[in-house]
Amino acid sequence: MLAVLLFRSPFLFAQAGAPQAADLASIRAQIDAMRADYEKKIQDLQKQLDDIQSRQSTPAQAAAAPEALAQAPTSSVTGSSVNSGKVFNPDISVIGDFLGAAGSNEVNPSPALEMHETEVAFQAVVDPYARADFFISFGEEGVNLEEGYVTFPALPGGLLVKVGKMRAAFGKVNMLHNHVIPWTDRPLVTTNLVGGEDGIDDAGFSVARLIPNKLIFLEATGQVFHGTSGDGLYTSSERSDLTYVGHLRGYKDITDNTNLDFGFSISHGHNASGVVNGEDIGRFTTRLYGGDATIRWKPLQRSVYHSFIGRSEFVWSNRNQPNGTQDAKGFFVSADYQLARRWYMGGRYDHSDRPDVASVTDSGQSLILSYFPSEFSQIRGQYRRTDYGVGPTANEFLFQFQFAIGAHGAHPF
Amino acid sequence: MKIKNVFNVMAVMALMFSFSTFAVAQSKLNVIATTEDLASIAAEVGGDHITVESIAKGYQDPHFVEAKPSFILKLQKADILILVGRELEIGWLPVLINQSRNAKIQPGAPGYLDASLQARILDVPSGQVTRAEGDVHPLGNPHYWMDPENGKIIAKEIFDTLVKMRPNERSYYEPRLNDFVSKVSAAEKRWLDMMAPYKGTKVVTYHRSFSNFADRFGLNVVGYVEPKPGIPPTPQHNLDLINQMKKDNVKIVLVEPYFDVKTPNAIGRDTGAEVLIMPPSVGGTKDVADYIKLFDSNINMLVTAIKKTSGK
Repeated sequence: MLAVLLFRSPFLFAQAGAPQAADLASIRAQIDAMRADYEKKIQDLQKQLDDIQSRQSTPAQAAAAPEALAQAPTSSVTGSSVNSGKVFNPDISVIGDFLGAAGSNEVNPSPALEMHETEVAFQAVVDPYARADFFISFGEEGVNLEEGYVTFPALPGGLLVKVGKMRAAFGKVNMLHNHVIPWTDRPLVTTNLVGGEDGIDDAGFSVARLIPNKLIFLEATGQVFHGTSGDGLYTSSERSDLTYVGHLRGYKDITDNTNLDFGFSISHGHNASGVVNGEDIGRFTTRLYGGDATIRWKPLQRSVYHSFIGRSEFVWSNRNQPNGTQDAKGFFVSADYQLARRWYMGGRYDHSDRPDVASVTDSGQSLILSYFPSEFSQIRGQYRRTDYGVGPTANEFLFQFQFAIGAHGAHPF
Repeated sequence: MKIKNVFNVMAVMALMFSFSTFAVAQSKLNVIATTEDLASIAAEVGGDHITVESIAKGYQDPHFVEAKPSFILKLQKADILILVGRELEIGWLPVLINQSRNAKIQPGAPGYLDASLQARILDVPSGQVTRAEGDVHPLGNPHYWMDPENGKIIAKEIFDTLVKMRPNERSYYEPRLNDFVSKVSAAEKRWLDMMAPYKGTKVVTYHRSFSNFADRFGLNVVGYVEPKPGIPPTPQHNLDLINQMKKDNVKIVLVEPYFDVKTPNAIGRDTGAEVLIMPPSVGGTKDVADYIKLFDSNINMLVTAIKKTSGK
């Protein structure tokens, strides 16, 4: 209709040039009237168009992104970008973790300032049977695939199967990425006995099944890994040197506001103490046993303002090595209280033997204050005192800035 | 003899078959809704042919529900999952679905119902969307159930899903849907009549939970206690808001039951405005037990407050 209107106008102008001067004024008046009429019509059309657009900004922004319409159910949950129209692209997020340290630590010093880690996540549904998650971390020393696995969420038999590289289900802290732990560092028991910051993080299979019962949520997980992980914790010299991890998790709502989460873990694999010139002569193994408990309180109606989480993990490391077996034990206890919508304070007590010399024990205390300007950034300060079994006591102030961009991730639980 | 045996076997099989269909027909569909609003509407349509439970409580901020393992157990047994969508549950629902081990409720499966797909959605951002605007919902305002017209659309969607799963029960669900829709329509007329004299009343709300409600009932939301979605109030913003409320003569502040009323009360004291704890969800307060009562209660509260503050 617009095209017709536009084509008609020049035609009328062409006709207007020829006639006598007497008619000119009336023709001009007619043209002006018609022009006014067309302009009004165009304005009306524009208005109608605006109305339609504003009405269609309802389901899945039909006018702007037709492809989004079919994808809306998925995108509304996985958070794919609809504006770009590239609905099959995975959800992408980037999380920066900047760390600073002041004070003295001669045993295990960290840099004064470092861009500790940048984690890039890609997450999407693969097909009707699987979803995939990739977490790539860029540290100061290089790039590492922190996790990259496919999950089959709807297999028969109530199984949840993951295949790829993943953080093992040993305790709680080992499974957590840096940006979701409530401290700037990891507890001494993790650092000493469960492979440090990297932890048991390896390529393999994981099978988890819920154990039906009327009392509690109970989930059993069995995992098999290639066998090299945790900064020397496990080393695979032969194809059969696999690492095995088992985890039993229990959970119970005590009230709507309070719940208890607990678990038992075991892991077994070969250690590096018998390796000479690249050959594992000693065939020594390490077995870890762990117990964890978490109590959470979060009043539902005021959940955005106040909450409390108490956590503890205990680990016993049974390590065979050339000079005999070392039985090292360690634990941490921590408490975090949410003071206000954006403020959290917490404390942690650490105690851990060293895995290869169990008679050497480290212990530490920390006080932590965190501020979250929004869901997507946080600023944290931590005072940490560490009494090392060997070496002078360290007194440090650690601080951290974390910031996330991109897709909205899940809140940790 | 042999023929008799064959007949016997056939009779037993027929009996077993009829029992099994009988059993299927009698088993209730297990519906899990993410919020009490959706659960309430589902209960209206599904009647006693379904069991329905919600994950979030009405007095809880639905953006920040914890992904508790006990919810995994609920989802594991669900035949239908109804969600609000528009990324309202993005922080907790995907994790629960992933761990549910339930193929029926995975995104795209027949039991996965995003209730927002047919509803009228407001506040869809146009142009570039950044988090400089706070925790914006790029797919539009997810509090769309606060418009009874959308309530009817949600009911129809739930009906469609129930019928898709149990075509032979259409004759049970259909009159229930029609009944619910006419009940809502009649009530809506009453609510609109009650609100008609106060069309254009200016209000301030804490979060953007009442866009659809305001749009339907002729309220004019002129400001928010939150400076930006998800960002808590700041002194400067409070001051600006107080000045604006004085200038525009705003006498009503609506606060969701899960937000702290300290700041709204301070604003109320300064401006002479009434602070109303207005539930945006069924179960938000004790007297709001179902979808129709939610509006009944809110409209009554609002009209009383407007009369009180305006003297009309």
